Amino acid sequence: MKKVYTRPRSLKRVPFHYCPGCGHSIVHRVMTELIDEMHLQDRIIGIPPPGCSVFAYHYFDVDMAESAHGRGAAVATGIKRAYPDVIVFTYQGDGDLAAIGTAETIHAANRGERITAIFINNAVYGMTGGQMAPTTLSEQVTTTTPYGRDVNLEGYPVKMSEIVALVRGAVYVERTAVNSPANIRKTKKAIRKALQSQIDGLGFSLVEILSPCPTNWRMTPLESWQWIDKEMTKEFPLGVIKDITGKTDAD
Amino acid sequence: MTKVLMNGNSTIGEAAIRAGCQCYFGYPITPQNELTEYMAAHLSRRKGCSFIQAESEIAAINMVYGASVAGSRAMTSSSSPGISLKQEGISYLAACELPAVIVNMTRGGPGLGSISASQSDYFQATRGGGHGDYRTIVLAPSSGQELADLTHRAFDLADKYLVPVIVLGDAMLGQMREPVEFKHEAPDELPVRSNALRGAKGRPSSIIKTFTSKPAELEEINWSLFRRYQLIKKEETAYEAFMVDDARLVVVAFGIAARIAKGAIKNARSNGLRVGMLRPITLWPFPSEKVKDLSKKTKDFLVFEMNMGQMIEDVQLALEGKGAVYFYGRPGGVIPTPTEVSRVISRYYYQKGLKSAK
Repeated sequence: MKKVYTRPRSLKRVPFHYCPGCGHSIVHRVMTELIDEMHLQDRIIGIPPPGCSVFAYHYFDVDMAESAHGRGAAVATGIKRAYPDVIVFTYQGDGDLAAIGTAETIHAANRGERITAIFINNAVYGMTGGQMAPTTLSEQVTTTTPYGRDVNLEGYPVKMSEIVALVRGAVYVERTAVNSPANIRKTKKAIRKALQSQIDGLGFSLVEILSPCPTNWRMTPLESWQWIDKEMTKEFPLGVIKDITGKTDAD
Repeated sequence: MTKVLMNGNSTIGEAAIRAGCQCYFGYPITPQNELTEYMAAHLSRRKGCSFIQAESEIAAINMVYGASVAGSRAMTSSSSPGISLKQEGISYLAACELPAVIVNMTRGGPGLGSISASQSDYFQATRGGGHGDYRTIVLAPSSGQELADLTHRAFDLADKYLVPVIVLGDAMLGQMREPVEFKHEAPDELPVRSNALRGAKGRPSSIIKTFTSKPAELEEINWSLFRRYQLIKKEETAYEAFMVDDARLVVVAFGIAARIAKGAIKNARSNGLRVGMLRPITLWPFPSEKVKDLSKKTKDFLVFEMNMGQMIEDVQLALEGKGAVYFYGRPGGVIPTPTEVSRVISRYYYQKGLKSAK
């Protein structure tokens, strides 16, 4: 009988601790499939963040080094500069990459560091219990915006991918989602392209993934998938934001 | 080997390169800029080496963390306000058992303070500095030559014990030009540390982490660090004892203050006062046993620091009440002269009746 579906080799045989309906486990699955398909298991280093996905190192069967909150891009820079033969990715949430780590992210992108940022946007701080994130939508209720995010007081949702795309050293930036089989396939394609741009030594790459957090959104998994389509993608439209991977210096 | 005339900051840079430093990440701050500039000129183009002027001190220390994860000999440098920003990263380095060298060319504080020489970061350096229960080895050079020697030693100690090591200098040491002899040539290649992450080739995948949801597991990590710290205390405590054998008053001073005190003590000796000095070279571990040992013969200690009195607490702890401790300090970046300090010495010497003591 032909085997059509199996656990990726670089995904450890450990049950996920993530909540039902959480997007992390889908992204982990997609990433480990790619690590297998691109033959990277023995030459990739991942940087998981503080937060729900701190335990990513329990699931990815690759070398991993924990980072302080927001410092992923700097840690990845250090690793890559010290040992350029490895492929390095950071796995960061919205608070991590778009609030406390804004400077590290933009400057790593600007230096064109050959690293890949996997940016999970679920519009809240998950692990700490659902506080406002930089990407929280206008009027969205969170534990620290109990009356809804008031943009006059709390500012606007930060479009970090668009900001990073403006930076010269960033070569590939795409926003995807993991709320449907079609979007999951697009996510995989985007991450493949991002990792390939790093392998080719082109520059900084980032894939932002709109990811459901049913627990903190107070929704069922199905409702959370629908909320991404109906609400999140209005503020954060899906698609390729920047791709200069095909361009040469002459362009 | 011939001597070269160099400012202290550049001396550290050259010594680091000769110790096999492969990665330097820094951010400009006075009075240590010559070091960052030296690495830009001399490290950045070396084969297998990397220099980055980072976007912040926080980024720089985290780049050092990354380079250390990958098994590189890595260093960053800054001065007091910048070192405060690096504390988060130093705590992570300590927790992850990652070697690194951090240079602090101390300036006057608190706050933005001044750019003049000070020793006001003693507490921060010797008590861990960041959050959590950890220590860093702290080396306190007092001359250009020691900047070279101790920078080299810092890299070796960091690798030997898998701990971050602080080189605690100051603005004066950094700016002063002195003749220096470099005793080592840069190594062609360094062995790769066994806990380095470079991809799981030919071995199972590996994790460098600090977080655990199990308090008992974290307790064991703390115990394990503590056992290593005990070993460091036993093996690596270093000091200089200067004219202490017949001393009735022992001056305790470190770094540039000890250099000033030495001049003062020579003055005092020429006037017939029996004064000596204990100069801790490792501030952590502090030479407590030596202080205790000295108290068998000498009962009077004068602690001299360029701050409001920080190391004095370690001297008092070491003495366990078995001696009198006096203090003279100048904070804020003021640099006292040997004459000034010798006046303080003779004041205490006569007031405490040491001239007529048996």
